[in-house]
Amino acid sequence: MAAEREPPPLGEARPGEPEELEDGEDLFTSTVSTLESSPSSPEPASLPAEDLSTNSNGPKPAEMMLDDDREDLFAEATEEVSLDSPERDPILSPEPTPAITPVTPTALIAPRLESKSIAAPVIFDRSREEIEEEANGDLFDIEINVSDPEKVGDGMNAYMAYRVTTKTSLSMFHKNEFSVKRRFSDFLGLHSKLATKYMHVGYIVPPAPEKSIVGMTKVKVGKEDSSSTEFVEKRRAALERYLQRTVKHPTLLQDPDLRQFLESSELPRAVNTQALSGAGILRMVNKAADAVNKMTIKMNESDAWFEEKQQQFENLDQQLRKLHTSVEALVCHRKELSVNTAAFAKSAAMLGNSEDHTALSRALSQLAEVEEKIDQLHQEQAFADFYVFSELLGDYIRLIAAVKGVFDHRMKCWQKWQDAQVTLQKKREAEAKLQLANKPDKLQQAKDEIKEEIEEWETKVQQGEKDFEQISKTIRKEVGRFEKERVKDFKTVIIKYLESLVQTQQQLIKYWEAFLPEAKAIA
Amino acid sequence: QQEGSDDGPDFLSEEDRGLRAINVDLQTDAALQVDISDALSERDKVKFTVHTKSSLPNFKQNEFSVVRQHEEFIWLHDSFVENEDYAGYIIPPAPPRPDFDASREKLQKLGEGEGSMTKEEFTKMKQELEAEYLAIFKKTVAMHEVFLCRVAAHPILRKDLNFHVFLEYNQDLSVRGKNKKEKLEDFFKNMVKSADGVIVSGVKDVDDFFEHERTFLVEYHNRVKDASAKSDKMTRSHKNVADDYNRIGSSLYALGTQDSTDILFLHTVFFFQKIEARVSADEDLKLSDLLKYYLRESQAAKDLLYRRSRSLVDYENANKALDKARAKNKDVLQAETTQQICCQKFEKISESAKQELIDFKTRRVAAFRKNLVELAELELKHAKVIGVLSGL
Repeated sequence: MAAEREPPPLGEARPGEPEELEDGEDLFTSTVSTLESSPSSPEPASLPAEDLSTNSNGPKPAEMMLDDDREDLFAEATEEVSLDSPERDPILSPEPTPAITPVTPTALIAPRLESKSIAAPVIFDRSREEIEEEANGDLFDIEINVSDPEKVGDGMNAYMAYRVTTKTSLSMFHKNEFSVKRRFSDFLGLHSKLATKYMHVGYIVPPAPEKSIVGMTKVKVGKEDSSSTEFVEKRRAALERYLQRTVKHPTLLQDPDLRQFLESSELPRAVNTQALSGAGILRMVNKAADAVNKMTIKMNESDAWFEEKQQQFENLDQQLRKLHTSVEALVCHRKELSVNTAAFAKSAAMLGNSEDHTALSRALSQLAEVEEKIDQLHQEQAFADFYVFSELLGDYIRLIAAVKGVFDHRMKCWQKWQDAQVTLQKKREAEAKLQLANKPDKLQQAKDEIKEEIEEWETKVQQGEKDFEQISKTIRKEVGRFEKERVKDFKTVIIKYLESLVQTQQQLIKYWEAFLPEAKAIA
Repeated sequence: QQEGSDDGPDFLSEEDRGLRAINVDLQTDAALQVDISDALSERDKVKFTVHTKSSLPNFKQNEFSVVRQHEEFIWLHDSFVENEDYAGYIIPPAPPRPDFDASREKLQKLGEGEGSMTKEEFTKMKQELEAEYLAIFKKTVAMHEVFLCRVAAHPILRKDLNFHVFLEYNQDLSVRGKNKKEKLEDFFKNMVKSADGVIVSGVKDVDDFFEHERTFLVEYHNRVKDASAKSDKMTRSHKNVADDYNRIGSSLYALGTQDSTDILFLHTVFFFQKIEARVSADEDLKLSDLLKYYLRESQAAKDLLYRRSRSLVDYENANKALDKARAKNKDVLQAETTQQICCQKFEKISESAKQELIDFKTRRVAAFRKNLVELAELELKHAKVIGVLSGL
């Protein structure tokens, strides 16, 4: 399973890769030559050979790529999720995704270098459609949108109401399309209910977006600036992702509370979600107690899978956090770059104005314009997408916390089972003692009592064992689902980012190509 | 410390030689060719090997080299500035002091933080910083070379005796850096000069050409200064973005993912890092350095105008003094001599200044053209390369 692998064999071969990348344009010549030297075998060192053999139902991937000009990286990526591909089943399980595709960036350089034409992003649509198809196809058909944030009320009692629109063909709902108005605490309330019901039996309940006192206060106070609009938009998007994730969960989708949330026009206000309420404080106390308990439970893990997974999630958590920090830094620096580019553009325009050589003056003004347009470009596209990626990472960091929570529940479940066994043992010992005692009159009553208790505890032990097995089973399934979803989520964001990247580059080319003759015209 | 010297004249790459083209009109003729063939970076100083090829009879040999340090370049520049005979020329601006402090500090910080990052990250960052150090080093070499080439190309300055000594004398010139007292003197001199400059600039010039030039230069100089500063900031932002991509790439790599899209993303991120680093470097070279250089040159042109204005004021004062002397019939001869000297000085400066300023414009336009064209071409190259990566 993908999860079982260590930082991959790629790790050994990998040091070669960045080196290649170091050479910039040489990247392509060197990788092309690598390809030419071994046309039918993909990048050898970095790929576990076994993957290729298990998935060689179809034509050998490398040959496929070289033959078909139109094929591109994403077509390759979509091969995995294509419903038509005979390799679908092995791919969809949490097996290592056939690692053939890493070849694509290098493999495709060969055919591509000749044609300078940049094809329309038709290919990307196909990939996105296919992914969505696979996701929704035979599972369920429901789409949630969160939109139209509206401020309700005034002053410190004001709040934002969001429109939650559901489009579905599922019969469990009364209509095919309906919408309701919900506020943030409603979402928190929903999450609270679902978490209480499902987490302790092993379901990974998607966490709700975080509260933000600062953000909300600004909105309440009525500050109509870009930062509060940004905050509201961020929150809206987060709420939408939250609901989408929740409804994608087959078990949670069946939950009546969820249905009520989506359908009912009126919802009882979830007061217990306030941080400083009684319930809020109780939650904090419980959390602390849990943390202490976790430290004291020493579980005898009989199933290596769980131990491994927990370690993996620990690692993933750390790495995602690091990645998140780096991406946030990038977003911040991109903003700075945008500001600095705009400032330079203005300055260049001024310089152009004062330059008394006409052609140079015009060229400088043009340069200023180009820089300004580039700034706009960066703002709109690449930056926005990294921002989406950053939010996604944030979501996953919180999700992993939920996963960890579920593992903890399993531990508690185990503990309960163990405690029941200990108690049963004690009762049996007590029974044995009674058998040996010599007080006939009290004896029968006590014996009966003990027998009852033993029966009770035997049942509890059995139940404990069943519960433990059930939660373990559920968790296995849930983790599998989580991993699949993660791959899908990241893929969607990454593909979108790469698409916009290509568009950005096309634009950049246009701008600089327009500028070049102006520069050359300086005489 | 890092040794920046490679063997032979290929030390300066194509890019760096381009820096010399900031002053495109430099005709390298057989009479006198100067370049910096080698350089060594030691603890605190950089040692430049100045290599001369000349057919002029002034030199003992046709080809020779000496080792010079930054202070000696400054000494040479200052000797031009202080030479009354050169008052009518734009003195090529002195090269900036080699400054590796920032780079050294970063390398040190990296060393201290070694424990907190993975080996791959550390190696990559170290490589980046070393490349940065090398880039700064190459730049300072180029700056010093441009200065010498400008002098060598100038019809009058190239004949200067100090210049020949600088080129040929293979011992240490013993020009120590200025001590505190001298630095203080300089400071006051500059203050006086700027105050004087203000007074002198109030005098309207009869000559339209110079009047126009003065107005133009003052405004131009200020705007170049602003553009230069903003360009620096923009370049640094690009560099920051490149560093971030680097870190993201390392994090993605550490994720150990095997998913194909993640891997593609990893490739893309590292690739982007390279591109951003290149864009940053190109902008730095073609834009920031260009602007910085013309900031200094426009200052030198302003200085020339100041000297001319100064001499004009002196000339007018001498005229007035002569009139007074004639009226009083006292010290007339002395006044006449003074007036004549002032007149000659003023006319000499005016004549050469006009040509100098015209040449300045020609050089400037050509340099901007070359750099802007190259900048656009490089940006296009980068943008197209990414298009190819996307495999479309």
